[in-house]
Amino acid sequence: MGVLADAWTWLATGSHWSGESGVWNRLGEHVYVSGAALAVAAAIALPLAFWLGHIGRGGALAVNISNAGRAIPVFAVLALLMLTPLRSEGYLPTIIALVLFAVPPLLTNAHVGMREVDRSVVEAARGMGMSGWQVFRQVELPLAYPLLMTGIRSAAVQVVATATIASMVGQGGLGRIITAGFATYNTPQVVAGALLAALLALVVEAVLIVVDRLAGPGAARRRVRRGAARPAPSGAGA
Amino acid sequence: MSIGAAARQNCLTANDWICGEYLRTRSEELTEATVQHVWITVASVLIGVLVAFPLALLARARPGFAGPVLGLTTLLYTIPSLAMFSLLLPVFGLSAALVVTGLVLYSLTILVRNILAGLAAVPAEVREAARGMGYGSWRLFREVELPLALPALMAGLRIATVSTIALTTVGALVGKGGLGNLIDEGVQTTFKAQVLTASVLCVLLAVVADLLLLGAQRLLTPWTRVPKAAAGRKRSPLPGFPGSRSPRIPAAGEGA
Repeated sequence: MGVLADAWTWLATGSHWSGESGVWNRLGEHVYVSGAALAVAAAIALPLAFWLGHIGRGGALAVNISNAGRAIPVFAVLALLMLTPLRSEGYLPTIIALVLFAVPPLLTNAHVGMREVDRSVVEAARGMGMSGWQVFRQVELPLAYPLLMTGIRSAAVQVVATATIASMVGQGGLGRIITAGFATYNTPQVVAGALLAALLALVVEAVLIVVDRLAGPGAARRRVRRGAARPAPSGAGA
Repeated sequence: MSIGAAARQNCLTANDWICGEYLRTRSEELTEATVQHVWITVASVLIGVLVAFPLALLARARPGFAGPVLGLTTLLYTIPSLAMFSLLLPVFGLSAALVVTGLVLYSLTILVRNILAGLAAVPAEVREAARGMGYGSWRLFREVELPLALPALMAGLRIATVSTIALTTVGALVGKGGLGNLIDEGVQTTFKAQVLTASVLCVLLAVVADLLLLGAQRLLTPWTRVPKAAAGRKRSPLPGFPGSRSPRIPAAGEGA
């Protein structure tokens, strides 16, 4: 318990929070790198998954990509990038490594979400004369939403968690507090940095759950359900 | 000195990405790192299975435990690997046990979920039939439920193993990362051949482990190989990857 008390003392010291290697700056770097990587990964993975899901192809591809994603040692990718001319491009190597890592879970969840949509509902929508775009916008996307959000949430948490590794090749982020502590045999600082990184991952998870509850398409439905006595079960088990 | 030898010598001094001379002169170091990587992975996954099984059985027998068990293992998964190894540092010191413990904790998420999902997928009528034939609960578990849950279980084992191999590299933080140590050292000294060779070996290890487990799964579940005629009429009972259930679980692999 002594180490935790020391870690708390480290965290409570105001000077550890300011400056270039302070907590606030490292937190900012961490959020910037994770956010950029997630945005790029979503821009690549989601349209592809929606399109493949819409035309009903590429299921095996999605699963294979997902499995390959788990085998990527992000540390190795980052290390390789740091030995290329990209190393002088600021956070670009970290962002590229994290994008490679985040695309598989995003792609797979979005694709599985699209394919889980009840085929008879899609057929009915087409029978009503909806265009492909309308079917996607008004039927498939809302019904795929829960799984889609699950994928985005897990990808976001993993990216935030994995971004700590950037510090092992000298890039910024919260992990830097940990590795700097290692370099100076400062165990309280190592534990304090680890607590901060773990806390950030949990906060991101919690924030995304709350945003989903408040703003997702399910939110309105849940409000109605609370008012209605007994809602008719929705056809497509969304 | 022949020109060939000089050229080989040059790839080390020129710091080329691919260098046969590196492989030749450092083979001992490479083997040592690979062996460490393999044993850390094997120990982590084996202990993970030993811990996950009772947890999954407990969660199944007492549904009240299922929520906390799944919640806790998922919570562990959100902890960054660098932070996990650091938080365990005061307990274990700079040892391999530290890395193995962290990796075991990560593997639990995947293993517990897949074991539970596999057991839950056993058809109720099969269970009833076995009971009707006078199977006791142990025999039912060993001879009916376990074999039927095996595909999902093996899928979980494959995912856990592959992501553990990737994550082991982060153990370089405390000097127990197998091939990760060589990658770490290579980055510090900008030694390209060392970083590339160790990274490639790491991916190769993951591929070989996955294929070995796939082979083991085929040997253990001969009934899943449907004869061609039957497969033509009906899709194989295991379309594609048997763990097609896993993408739905909000706990994909935290590689590193």
